[in-house]
Amino acid sequence: MATLKINSIDVVVPEGTTVLEAARKSGIYIPALCQHPKLTPFGGCRLCLVEIKGMPRPVTSCTTPVSEGMEVVTTSPTIERLRKTVLELILSDHPNDCMVCEQAGACTLQELAYEYGIRENRFEGERRQYAKKDGNPFIERDLEKCIMCGRCVKICDEVQGVEAIEFGYRGFDAKICTSFEEDLSCEFCGQCVAVCPTGALTGKLWSKKGRQMGVREVDSTCPYCGTGCSLTYHVKDNEIVRVTSKDDTINEGLLCVKGRFAYKYVNSPDRLRKPLIKKDGVFVEASWDDALDLIADRIKGIKAEHGPDVIAGLSSARCTNEENYAFQKFMRAAVGTNNVDHCARL
Amino acid sequence: MKEKLNRILESYRKKEANIIYLLQETEEVFGYLPREAVDFFADELGIAPSRFFGVATFYSQFHLNPRGKNIITACCGTACHVKGSERLINGLRQELRLAEGEETTGDMQFTLEKVNCVGACSIAPVFIINKKVYGKSTSDKLIKEVRAIKGPADGQA
Amino acid sequence: MDKHNITVKVCMGTGGIAAGGAEVLDAFVKEVSSSGIAAEVGKRCSSEKVGCRGLCAKDVLVDVIIGDQKVTYEHVKTDMVPRIVQEHIVGNAPVTEWAAGEDYHNFHNRQQKVVLSDCGNIDPEDINAYIAVKGYVAARKVVTSMSPSEVVGIIKASGLRGRGGAGFPTATKWEIAGKQEAARKYLICNADEGDPGAFMDRSVIEGNPHAVIEGMIIGAYAIGSDKGYVYIRAEYPLAVERLKKALEDARSQNLLGKGIMGTSFDFDILIKLGAGAFVCGEETALIASIEGQRGMPRAKPPFPVYQGLWGKPTVINNVETLANVPYIMRNGPEWFASFGTEKSKGTKVFAITGKIKNSGLIEVPMGIPLREIIYDIGGGIEGGRQFKAVQTGGPSGGCIPADLLDTPVDFESLAKVGSIVGSGGMVVLDETDCMVNIAKFFLEFTRSESCGKCVPCRIGTKRLLEILERITRGEGKPGDIPLLEEMSVDIKLASLCGLGQTAPNPVLSTIKYFRHEYEAHINEKRCPAGVCRDLLTYSVLPEACKGCGACLRACPAGAVTGEKKKLHSIDASLCVKCGACFDACKFKAVKKE
Repeated sequence: MATLKINSIDVVVPEGTTVLEAARKSGIYIPALCQHPKLTPFGGCRLCLVEIKGMPRPVTSCTTPVSEGMEVVTTSPTIERLRKTVLELILSDHPNDCMVCEQAGACTLQELAYEYGIRENRFEGERRQYAKKDGNPFIERDLEKCIMCGRCVKICDEVQGVEAIEFGYRGFDAKICTSFEEDLSCEFCGQCVAVCPTGALTGKLWSKKGRQMGVREVDSTCPYCGTGCSLTYHVKDNEIVRVTSKDDTINEGLLCVKGRFAYKYVNSPDRLRKPLIKKDGVFVEASWDDALDLIADRIKGIKAEHGPDVIAGLSSARCTNEENYAFQKFMRAAVGTNNVDHCARL
Repeated sequence: MKEKLNRILESYRKKEANIIYLLQETEEVFGYLPREAVDFFADELGIAPSRFFGVATFYSQFHLNPRGKNIITACCGTACHVKGSERLINGLRQELRLAEGEETTGDMQFTLEKVNCVGACSIAPVFIINKKVYGKSTSDKLIKEVRAIKGPADGQA
Repeated sequence: MDKHNITVKVCMGTGGIAAGGAEVLDAFVKEVSSSGIAAEVGKRCSSEKVGCRGLCAKDVLVDVIIGDQKVTYEHVKTDMVPRIVQEHIVGNAPVTEWAAGEDYHNFHNRQQKVVLSDCGNIDPEDINAYIAVKGYVAARKVVTSMSPSEVVGIIKASGLRGRGGAGFPTATKWEIAGKQEAARKYLICNADEGDPGAFMDRSVIEGNPHAVIEGMIIGAYAIGSDKGYVYIRAEYPLAVERLKKALEDARSQNLLGKGIMGTSFDFDILIKLGAGAFVCGEETALIASIEGQRGMPRAKPPFPVYQGLWGKPTVINNVETLANVPYIMRNGPEWFASFGTEKSKGTKVFAITGKIKNSGLIEVPMGIPLREIIYDIGGGIEGGRQFKAVQTGGPSGGCIPADLLDTPVDFESLAKVGSIVGSGGMVVLDETDCMVNIAKFFLEFTRSESCGKCVPCRIGTKRLLEILERITRGEGKPGDIPLLEEMSVDIKLASLCGLGQTAPNPVLSTIKYFRHEYEAHINEKRCPAGVCRDLLTYSVLPEACKGCGACLRACPAGAVTGEKKKLHSIDASLCVKCGACFDACKFKAVKKE
């Protein structure tokens, strides 16, 4: 353990903790854009600069490990001035179209601009402009809004292990690229979208469905597979407009393409809401009682005539473990066969 | 092409080299980095192609498009700058009829590129035409060299 | 040496070769071996190539040494060779009219050569030539009879500080790295000389690659490294080639490899070629580049001596630093420390270029006044024009004006006047250079070389450049100077690595010393030096124009009109301000303002 002073407050944290983590643990706020708890430190946004006694210049708290007896100051006129300059520089190369941006209200950059009261900008000049839009079906990549924090690159590499994207070019022309700047063709887990602090990465399906106002958050469990990821439905007018997942969940906020993007079925007009029974070659809506009676009768009949082993059961990965357990129990005990399987086994 | 790429890959493995070496060798052989080469190496080595692209676009030595048969390199170091390299570059651009932002002539005969400093500041301004260093360059001398390469047919163009 | 031996030494550095060195050497060989002469002097006359001897502006430089008499010829062309051979080598009567003059001798006499002492005297491609001048004696002594801490002690006593720019004490780096417990440690020689206007490292490697290798062996022994790298720019093909050959030769003599010089000490060196990124001169970016990644720096701490290449303790030394080491070990730390100032010991190699008469490579004791370098060694300003400033330290440095010419050249003094020693580039500027344009030039450079990782450098250098561009276009605004100053201070403080932390220096130092030039551009829309194109107008002075038509022929835009032998005129609406007419006029009849 190491003891250090942050803004004259004694803080005790394990060795190897960064100054930023130590401050946050003690409830001391330091702004940051590129830092993310799941990712290795980057040190690019420069907002988390702090002064440390004995160091000749401000250092980024996200990259600096604590040491015994360290004395840290997280805010001073110089530090605040530098943070403001950095924010103004970022905003001078950012389409300030919060009015129509999907991310408004949930954007870290917007929040920081608000916090630092940046209305006028001392810096003006050329902004990056990219004509090409990414044609992939799920992820909107508006690279003009990208602040090059590198979170997307890092989560794709360090967490997802896919490396679909990487920093490309350099300096003012740097941008996040796929190989040869083709349309994104990855597994579309959307982890990059989840960690993007601005509106540079958003879900294509979210577009114009609603931002914060009138949108209710409903915590739920992903129905797609037995992993049971926790997710949060963003619901407006009884329609899911967006799916996210919180960091403090069992899946640590990570989702796959299905959980994050495949939610349209919920409100689909084609979705089956009642059982259908085929009568004279046509499906007709029925009650659950009628449907289950029919199934029970037919299983009993087939079993009586041909024995239980002509019957097989295949269950779904969308069921929970408990449901799957019950299903195999049913097949074995009630039907009397071992012919039971599960689609995710294959 | 496959054969050349395999040869590069072999020397990479022997030398336990890195991506930059692979791309340098590829650039040396083909004059630029063909897409197929990057995909081939990515596949063979199990390294994400995005990594190659990131490295290829970071270093100015690498080019993603084919370049001219003749490479003219203009040194843009400080000494060359104060000795008027910019004017010489503009003169060459006119001679080669290169449009704003264009590096390579339409007929793929010439590429005019700038480099930071070739470290021959005492003989500034410096130009390198097809790997030969020309010191104390003047517009006349450079245009003469370029016309000599163009040949008599369109030398007076 | 037999006093009748004849040696011809031809400068074959990049400068020498560009001026025709290879052809001149060939001509000597041919001329001497041709019939008649061979019989007389052939056997005792050898021609050899040597590395850079500094005064590249006068290349090709050729030494003809007969016994102990040396005559240096300057500006040698192939057609001069037969006469030199006939009259001097055969006839023993030097061709005095071609011999190097006062300039050449002044240039050399006032220097103090340590690193460059063998450059230009020995054949860089012959390991035995280096061995003949006591090469590898120091390395042998170190690995066979000294302890690593003794080596560190000597370097510490010499006061050697890094020659790459920051001036960090070399012994401290070695000492820390030596104390690290690690399965492997690396020693990297940084030959990624990226500063425009600097070519010390290139010349040292081209002229005496074995000194660098010997320095690396000693350094590696001191820190306990068995693997070294030389990270060198691909833009230096000749240096790379000579280094490759030198490494092979050193290996074949067991100076590198397993159990070197019969000891149990293993050390070998690999070459890594840079791929064109200035930022890779920064330690952590250089490491990333050797690892095959994009050369993006990372935050320090941890410093490379603790966690460097592949996470292992790594020492990175500059070429010149390492090349000093064998001479320090050979001559003792007191000898080295006798040069220089109290805090900046030893000598420093500088590349003096730009508007100076004797442009080239020099080595002087630290603390020598700038004035001496520029006027006594450099011979003053070309073409009799007025000195304006000297830019030191490249894109990280600053411009020093005339009234500070007595500033001693050492780490502390240059920092005090807002510049740096840097890697050793000195570009001399005269009255025809515009300081706003110079600042713009450097910002163009840093903008395009910024890696893009951190905001202040990525966007800040771009915005600085845009303001400077505006000013030079005549669109400057009253608040521009304070804004430039404000931004510069913040970019310096907030940037991640040395590139961004120093990128605004050229802006700050030119504003500090040449504020009036900025003001003239902004307030009067005028470029006092006559450089900024958009602020110039060209016109013909009627009293001087002879009607020769030279300007008319030179004009690419058809803006000049006039009949032969009559007054010409320039149509300002058609003029593209290229300056071709100004250059073409022999009568100074074209006015630029």
